[in-house]
Amino acid sequence: MREKGRAYLAQIKAGILDNNPVLVQLLGMCPTLAVTTSVTNAIGMGLAATAVLICSNLFISLLRKFIPKQVRIAAYIVIISGFVTTVELLMKAYFPALDRALGLFIPLIVVNCIILARAEAFASKNAPIASMVDGLSMGLGFTAALVLIATVREILGAGSFCGISLFGEAYQPAIIFILPSGAFLTLGFILAAVQKVKNVQQDRQKMRCTECSVEEEGAE
Amino acid sequence: MSFTDVLLLMFSAILIENFIFSRFYGCCPFLGVSEKPETALGMGMAVTFVMTMASALTWVVYYSILAPLGLEYLKTIAFILVIAALVQLIELFLRRFIPALYASLGIYLPLITTNCAVLGAALVNIQEGYSFIASVAYGFAAAIGFTLAIVIFAGVRMRLQFADPPRAFRGFPLTLVAAGLLAMAFSGFSGFSFG
Repeated sequence: MREKGRAYLAQIKAGILDNNPVLVQLLGMCPTLAVTTSVTNAIGMGLAATAVLICSNLFISLLRKFIPKQVRIAAYIVIISGFVTTVELLMKAYFPALDRALGLFIPLIVVNCIILARAEAFASKNAPIASMVDGLSMGLGFTAALVLIATVREILGAGSFCGISLFGEAYQPAIIFILPSGAFLTLGFILAAVQKVKNVQQDRQKMRCTECSVEEEGAE
Repeated sequence: MSFTDVLLLMFSAILIENFIFSRFYGCCPFLGVSEKPETALGMGMAVTFVMTMASALTWVVYYSILAPLGLEYLKTIAFILVIAALVQLIELFLRRFIPALYASLGIYLPLITTNCAVLGAALVNIQEGYSFIASVAYGFAAAIGFTLAIVIFAGVRMRLQFADPPRAFRGFPLTLVAAGLLAMAFSGFSGFSFG
């Protein structure tokens, strides 16, 4: 039992860091760019997508033996859109302000590539519990990436964090970061940072290889 | 809605409220299928085709089936099914009757079902309460805006292949920065207002 728990924890960590859906797999760009104008929106969007992801992964995994291969994508979309509608109605009822801020991006979770990609790549092949954990890990990874981008954009573009003003009246916010072009630029620079980290890791590995055998260098 | 209103709506959908640079609908194909101008144009044409027809069809489904039955809250499910079925039908139709067009657009069609621009346009039409004519015009114009953006961006990316950026920026990060600059250029259009 403990073994299993540890494996699930590792899976969740992989979803947030090594295998992050936005920063590493580059999926789900539309909501990432659109809703990261403030940290509150980012958390709302991330958690809404996480809820849909967990539920849809669970159901697709439970039904994986009954869905014929030819119509599987259509079946997945129906399952996903059912949960998205549920989340949409719940948000309208309990978080109307957040629902207004996120606008059409709540119904558009249906076509978020992360959810369909996890359904196809993971839930259709794995057991229900593992699929739920996968949904949770990918959802948290998505949320973490959104919060990271939104933090940069909100602090630079509005001088606030979660709506709380940070620098007082004198600060002149760089509005460009709240505008659409700021979304592309911020994500570009964050991805460059991720790539930098990966490059450093690769270089270190290569160094270690050259120390142990010179032949590896030639192969590269 | 008069003819001028529809024209203004289309103009604003193409430039001012460009689907990619101001609303962020359809960013996945925008970043994914924009390596060469030819493929970008193919994708754009396929999206235009599907989006115009989907706008018309979803409008009819909403106002003649969902609204009379009081099932407005099911519009997301209904629309995505309509779009998926429509894409499938268009694919079959093209393969059977216009093989030349199928050869050029065929590979993009399956990708369009999960393109949020199509569902986005359908939902905007309902949210803004556009008439049937305005909905079709809006869907068509938004798709033209999408095509314009993706073709321009493909041209930019062709040039980027000759650039020599720092290693960390190679590939996707540089693409995003270029998209950011292009978005800045498009935000210049937001100065237009038709009050």
